[in-house]
Amino acid sequence: MNTWLMILIACAAAYALKLSGFFVPASVLERPRIARTADLMTVGLLAALVATQAFTTGAQLVVDARLPALVLAGALLALRVPFIIVVIAAAAAAAGLRALGWLG
Amino acid sequence: MGPYKDSKARDPRIAAATRSGVAVGIAVSLYGVSFGALAVAAGLDVWQVCALSALMFTGGSQFALIGVLAAGSVPAPATTAWSAITAATLLGTRNALYAIRTGPIVGPGWLKRLLAAHWTIDETAAVSTAQPTPEARRAGFWVTGAVIYVGWNLTTLIGALLGDLLGDVRAWGLDAAAAAAFLGLLWPRLKGLQPVAVAICAAVVAAVVVPWTPPGIPVLAAAGVAIVFGLTNVFGHRKGRASA
Repeated sequence: MNTWLMILIACAAAYALKLSGFFVPASVLERPRIARTADLMTVGLLAALVATQAFTTGAQLVVDARLPALVLAGALLALRVPFIIVVIAAAAAAAGLRALGWLG
Repeated sequence: MGPYKDSKARDPRIAAATRSGVAVGIAVSLYGVSFGALAVAAGLDVWQVCALSALMFTGGSQFALIGVLAAGSVPAPATTAWSAITAATLLGTRNALYAIRTGPIVGPGWLKRLLAAHWTIDETAAVSTAQPTPEARRAGFWVTGAVIYVGWNLTTLIGALLGDLLGDVRAWGLDAAAAAAFLGLLWPRLKGLQPVAVAICAAVVAAVVVPWTPPGIPVLAAAGVAIVFGLTNVFGHRKGRASA
């Protein structure tokens, strides 16, 4: 698919969702199933993205320098280190391991 | 701050709302650098990356879109492109729930509401709903939205230009940075047994189906798992039984 077309469709959908909330009565938020499912879907999507970003290359499951970098990121997040530093540290860890020729 | 000149400017609650809006806005804007760099690494050009921040303007969905793309190639085949759109859209559904709360905060006026819808994201919803008075909620919403909108787009551009300079994604560890970025977005949501169980199941399902499906489908399969958890409330809170 044309990349611009994909971007514009996704942006239109994101805006439509935001706007739709203005037309929904507040009572919807009192239904726990809706709020819970939306929360958990966010968790599920992000967790799946962690897994696919960390452990796949194309259609293959691989373990490489991304694994120790991800473990480091988890440790830093547990220590409440700010997001941007966690991201930079993970990149540096993976880049460093690869520069040393370890884990690829 | 047009409406808040004169006497209201000295209202300490509005001043507090403004301060938290600025603080949250600046902190969050810094993520834009990582988004910009990773989006370029995923194969988008600088203009496309900037368009995403300006027009989509919801970080989780933007990261999801480029995350799915990064697993394949750009321009993406139709299955992958639609998976990327769907993943981004599913991650954007929480904004609809935020808008239910921010709508009344913003008040009437069509142009204002059209802009407010665009700026309804995690941070504007969090800062505005946390304020004690209607005026402070309104100030919190607009200040947070304006600071993040300007900051996020600026830092996205900086990140995209940096990403263009870096070139080789793997040598700079940008693939690991993407995984860490998703973990960073996920982390604050892992409170309680249920979200942790969903996260583990979703990650395992996504990894297991990767070899058998086109890029993007694993992420959607994991979303399906999460929806089943949400509808059935497995591992959820029950009366008289605290979750871990």
